Parts: sequence; structure tokens; C-alpha cells
Amino acid sequence: METLEQIKGRITAIIPGARVDLIPNECPSNQPSLLIDQEHGVRIAEFLRDDPQLRLDYLSNVTGVDWPDTIVKEKVKVMKLVEGVETEVHGVVERKKQGYLEVVYHIYSIAHKHGPVIVRLRTNDRNVAVHLPSLTPIWRSAEFQEREIYDLYGVIFDGHPDLRRILMWDGFEGHPMRKDYVEPDDYEYEPTPHDEVLERARSHQARNAVL
Amino acid sequence: MSDAVVTPLEGVFAPLQFPEPGAPRQLNYSVAPKMSADGSVAGDFLEVAMGPQHPSTHGVFRMDVVLDGERVVKLKPVFGYLHRNHEKIAENASYLGSMPYTDRLDYFCSMTNNWAYALSVEKLAGLQPPERAEYIRIITAELTRLVNHVCLVGFLLQDMGALGTPLMYAFREREKILDLFEALSGSRMMCNYMRFGGCRVDLPAGWLENAKQVVENFPRFLDDFENLLSANEILIARTQGVGALSAALAINAGVTGPLLRACGVNYDLRKVDKYGIYERFDFRVPLGDHGDVYDRYMVRVLEMRESLKILRHALRDIPSGPIMDPKAKIRGFRPKIGEVYGRIEGPKGELGFYLISDGGPNPYRYRVRPPSLINLTILEDMCLGRNVSDVVVILGSIDIVLGEVDR
Amino acid sequence: MDQGLRSELSKQGIFTTTLEGLYNWGRRNSVWPLQFGLACCAIEMIATTMARYDLARFGAEVFRPSPRQADLMIVSGTVTKKMAPQVVRLFNQMPEPKYVIAMGACAISGGPFKQGYNVLKGIDRYIPVDVHIPGCPPRPEALLHAFMTLQRKIDAQKLSGPERPRHLNTDAPSEFPVPKFGPHDLVPPYNPEVWQPPKMVRAV
Repeated sequence: METLEQIKGRITAIIPGARVDLIPNECPSNQPSLLIDQEHGVRIAEFLRDDPQLRLDYLSNVTGVDWPDTIVKEKVKVMKLVEGVETEVHGVVERKKQGYLEVVYHIYSIAHKHGPVIVRLRTNDRNVAVHLPSLTPIWRSAEFQEREIYDLYGVIFDGHPDLRRILMWDGFEGHPMRKDYVEPDDYEYEPTPHDEVLERARSHQARNAVL
Repeated sequence: MSDAVVTPLEGVFAPLQFPEPGAPRQLNYSVAPKMSADGSVAGDFLEVAMGPQHPSTHGVFRMDVVLDGERVVKLKPVFGYLHRNHEKIAENASYLGSMPYTDRLDYFCSMTNNWAYALSVEKLAGLQPPERAEYIRIITAELTRLVNHVCLVGFLLQDMGALGTPLMYAFREREKILDLFEALSGSRMMCNYMRFGGCRVDLPAGWLENAKQVVENFPRFLDDFENLLSANEILIARTQGVGALSAALAINAGVTGPLLRACGVNYDLRKVDKYGIYERFDFRVPLGDHGDVYDRYMVRVLEMRESLKILRHALRDIPSGPIMDPKAKIRGFRPKIGEVYGRIEGPKGELGFYLISDGGPNPYRYRVRPPSLINLTILEDMCLGRNVSDVVVILGSIDIVLGEVDR
Repeated sequence: MDQGLRSELSKQGIFTTTLEGLYNWGRRNSVWPLQFGLACCAIEMIATTMARYDLARFGAEVFRPSPRQADLMIVSGTVTKKMAPQVVRLFNQMPEPKYVIAMGACAISGGPFKQGYNVLKGIDRYIPVDVHIPGCPPRPEALLHAFMTLQRKIDAQKLSGPERPRHLNTDAPSEFPVPKFGPHDLVPPYNPEVWQPPKMVRAV
């Protein structure tokens, strides 16, 4: 199979305006991936499926990942006037890094028996701009998996034929697989509480004692 | 009823058309049921909720079926009745702490689930199990395949009305293999046996002889089973031509495992990925050519015979030696930052684990690629236009386990 | 009846019993379970009915697919919040006298999946449970033990008096309220008439 750099080069040559970034992966598994942009997502997917050299006809796995907002501390060198002389001072700048939701597609080829090519799509933020193009029209195996990501992460897939909750009931609020989801407080009674569960049971008892 | 309701009934009785993978999909789709103004189905159609408590749904699975007489016009699977938050729990547990939970995904095949997870973490951390551990893994995985396929055939026959007898035969054989698992791991069903970089304990004394005995006797049972079933008139009438699936649609819908091979697609991860030491073994990949329920049954029976071949070979050649990679750490296991997708050929299809490590003691993201759920994608396509009694058989032939579908 | 008189009569070919004994003997030896599996434990339940463990020895091999024909519900596996209303509804549809065995750690308390947001922490929050079996999953022998425990329980039931069981007491409820789906949890989170959280007493 071609390397991801070659695939990236061919995508940008064939689809004008497509932005593709290579995401390295330095752990022993060595599975780097391609980050593709939202506007050309469906076009790129179509190319991956139909290109005679790649023939990535089998979408194996679709995963949602939640990356919450983080505060990154960066060390910067600032020129400051110290006692009348301009000197270099080490300062720390706190920068808020916008969180996003990510969907990862693992695609293989049954025709050529190679793979995986890993493709990622990212939303702009976690609350409002959570729209991504659905790849279900290209590979039907994404149908239930994208529905699951919609249910558990809240990514809205434009172009999905049947986007409803799949695992939780209709009328459920929130997206439980997000990192900041607060679970319902039903720790009335714990037979053998310890560690985290003991803390939760205690907080439940304390709250009910106030009420 | 108003005249405005349009009923394109021709579509119901027409033979199923399989869309080309690239073509825009006709959803639900090819046949529109009579709808009243509020969106509910009106008129002669009957809306039936099969499940979540139904004797043939293999657990708590629900299908919302719209019937025109006996024929299925629309079928919507409803999931989540066994959604027990495996992935969320695993993201708050250590890497090793998730191993017992993988047993409970597909509770017929705990050994292969263990292996898929162990394989993924080994890829993530760069571990290599020693030779003997690889052999033990292959032996237990193929025994698991026997358990799964034999039980599946029993349940499939039960769904067709053969109450008890085939299932009794199947469970008799299952118990023999479960005894081996119990001697090995201490538990019948939930083995929790594999570890990152090897296996938990070595084989107990006399285990190999017992395993050889079981493998020796299994073909006799298979012959009995096939004599009773493979040419059985009722089985043929109920399965041949039922739920046929084209290879192009199956690939596009991500169908894997015996279901895909019954459509004639030669894709077995034991041959393609050559994970473990499968390349040392000589076995064939059985393929069907119609993609119907009978082919799926036959592929599974033949796969059992191939598994027996692997087992005989592995039980003969298993070397002595260590069973754990000396580099493996049980305490303080923190893989480097990165991600991995590892997959094996489970008895139900491609079982994969996708893990993202942020360098901490527990995975940042832990995802199971459930073959049962994804194989259900084409359930509706296979059932449209068939009788409602065929739905039960088609669902039985897909081989789902709800612990894995809903996780 | 006097034990000596009874044995004397039996020597002469006359068998005596009480109505209560006869009634309970018949009921305990033909308990028909509901064919109803939830998760992993259901496979062990099926294994119990198969040839090796042979639940038929206890008169309970007739698994009925319809709750209307069943006497016993074996809650075999994890009850999720999405499934709990259906379990309660099935229990309500069963005719009296009816019994419940909570099989496995999940049905008792949520078990290993207790920390899940969608897992009910024990089915006894909504319906009365007669026998609890621990284990994950319980072995078939454990289910057989639960059956024998249930049979002893049925055997000890009185036909009259204040201690008579629920199905002979017209005031006792036979149906239990079905919980509704809320935005995050079931509403109500438990049925206070069936289950009250015990006070957690811990020195530390």
C-alpha cells in the first residue's frame, strides 16, 4: 500500500481545496492517520473508496472521541523593562485550547487486502458547531456507528439517513460518553462501598440529610 | 381512510434489489407503508414490536416490524436494552481492569475477546508474547470458535422449531469444552485468562491430554449433527434462498465473519492479518456462494472442521517455555502516548479494540468494534419482503449476542 | 395430625396429608419459569435446563415464553434502565402466585457494571425478590440451589392466617408501578413500597 504521504499528495492533487494533515503516532503501534477537512470529507471518502489503487471498500470501525477544552500553559520569553534595562524574562502564558469532538474512521480494503487507512474528522467546538458530514452514503457500515456517536457524543452527522438515539431512550438528555457528563445520582445504598463509590455514596447521604 | 394514502404494494412482492455500493441508498425504504397524518402506520398494515422479551431474539433485542399480512414491509432494530456502559467504565479503569469486562461482551466467546483486547494493548505497548503463550491462545481461541458455532447452530435450529434436541446436543459438547476452560482459568464462562504479553497461568497437568480427547471426539459429534441436519428437508426448506445477501452489499455494509464468507468473499483475518502465529497452520477458509441462511450454516459447520485441524496441529506442536513476555509489567502499566486499532477474527466477525493512550494508567478512549452490531446493519435489507417467520431465522443466522451489540 | 396415628394409618394403606401440604407440594413441584434472558446469566440458565444439570428433576423444565403462563421470573443478567420498565411490566403480567429469582451479581446490585450510567442497581428496587443468587455468572449448581430454596419457601407458605402469602391476601398488591423514563434516570428511582435504602452505618 502507498504511504499516507503519497495518499495525501494524491488527494490534494485531485480534489482542489482539500486540506489534509498527517497526524503522526509515535507509539510502537505506528498507526498514523489523516485529518481531513469537513467540506471535502465526503469527496475524499469517495476517492478513497473508488480509487483503483486504494479500493478501500470496507469501513471497519468508527469511533467518537471527546477532547474537552483545556488550558495550556506555555513558557514564553518576553522582553521586559527590568530596572530600566530591557531584558529577557521567562513568563507563563495561559491559553485556552478550544475543545472539539473527533470521529475516527478505520478503513480497510477487502479487494486488495490492505489497510488500515485511518481518517479523522474534527468538529469546530463541542457545543454548537458539532456538525460533520456523514460517511454513511459512502460506506453503509457507518450507519449504526455514527448513530451511536450521535447518541453518546452529540456529533450531528449531516446527510445521515436516520439520525436518532440508538442506545439511550428517546428523551434522554445529554451525551453520556462525554468526559464532562455527570451521571445520575442513584447511590442510595452501597453494600460494600470503597474508593470512588464510597465517596459518591457519602455525598448522596450528605445531600439527602440536608433535604 | 382517505384516498390520499398511496400504497405502492408492487414493491413488496418484487424480488429484492441490492443497491450498488455507490448508488444513493433507498431507505426503508424501498416500500413506503401507509402513513396517516400523524406519522403512524394506518390501514391494513400491522405494526409489531418483536422484543425486547421474545423467545427468539437471543436476548433483549427489539425489532419494530411493519407487516402486510405475513410479509415484512419495514423493519427497524431497536438497541440499548443491554447497554451497560462498558466503554465508559473502561475509561475509568486501569488497562488490566478492563480485561474481565471483555469477557462479558460476547459471553459465549470470552477467550477471543480477551485475545483481541490483549493483542491491541500489546501493539500499543510493544509487547511480544512468547511462543508457548501464542500456542495456548490459538488453542483456546479455536475451542471458543467451536463453542460459539455449535451453540449458534443449536439456537438457529431452535428458532426454526426444533425445540430442544439440537440445542441439547450442542450444549453437551459445549460443557466438555467449558470443563477445559474451567480447569485452565477457574471459571466456566468468564475466563479472564489472557494478559498483556502472555497468559495468566500455565496449563495444568493433564490438560493437553484432556483437550486432545475432546478434539478427538468432536468430529464424531459433528458427523452425527450433520447427518441429522445438513440434508434435513425442513432445514433446507426454511433456509435455502432465505436472507440472501450479495457480496457487494455485504462488503459495503461492513459485514464480517461467517456471514461475509457465506457470500463468497474470501476475507478471514487469520489469513489476512496473520496475527499470532496463524501462518504456521494449514487450514482452509470455507466460502459459500449464495449468501443465504443455509450457506451460513454450512460455512460454520465447515469452519468447525477447520478449527479442529488447527487444534490437532497446535496440541501436537505446543512447545514448553515461559508464558509471559519478561518485559510485561502488571503494576504501573502506562503505555506511551499514542493510539492503536487491533483486530482479530472472532467467531462472529472482526472484533477490534481501538485504544487511545494519554500516558496515564487508564485508556483515554476505549472503543470496541462489535461485529454483532455492524452485522445487523443489513438485517432490514435481508428481511424486506420475507415472511415474518423468516425474520426469526435470518436473525438467528446473523449470530448476535446482545452483550456485544449494546455493550 | 399425630405422627403415630399417621404412620399407623400408612401401614394399613391409608395415606393422610393436610390440604396445605398437598397444595404446596403440587405448586413447588411444577414451577414454570418465564423464558426470559437478559444477559450472560441467561446462558447459564439455559445450561441448567440442558442434559447435564437437568432442571427437569425439579419440575421446572417447562419454560414458558408468555408471562401469562409463568410462575417464576428468573432475572438473569444486568437490568439496564432502558429495560427495567419492561421487566416490571412482565412481572405485572404474570398471574399470582408468582416468584422472582434474582440471578447473578448484576440483578442483585448492578454487579461489575454498577458504575454505569444506564445500569439499574438491583431489580429489587421495583419488584419483590424471593431468592438472590450471587455469582458472575452463578454456576448452574447455584441456580439449582436457588430452586431448592424457592421450593422450601413455597412449602412453608400458610394457606390462612396473617402470615399467608401475597396471592392469598386480597389487600396485598399484585401489580407494581412501572417506572418512567426521565431525562437522566428512571422516575421514580425506586419503589418505596418495595425497597427502602438501608442506612449506611460505617465507623470510618
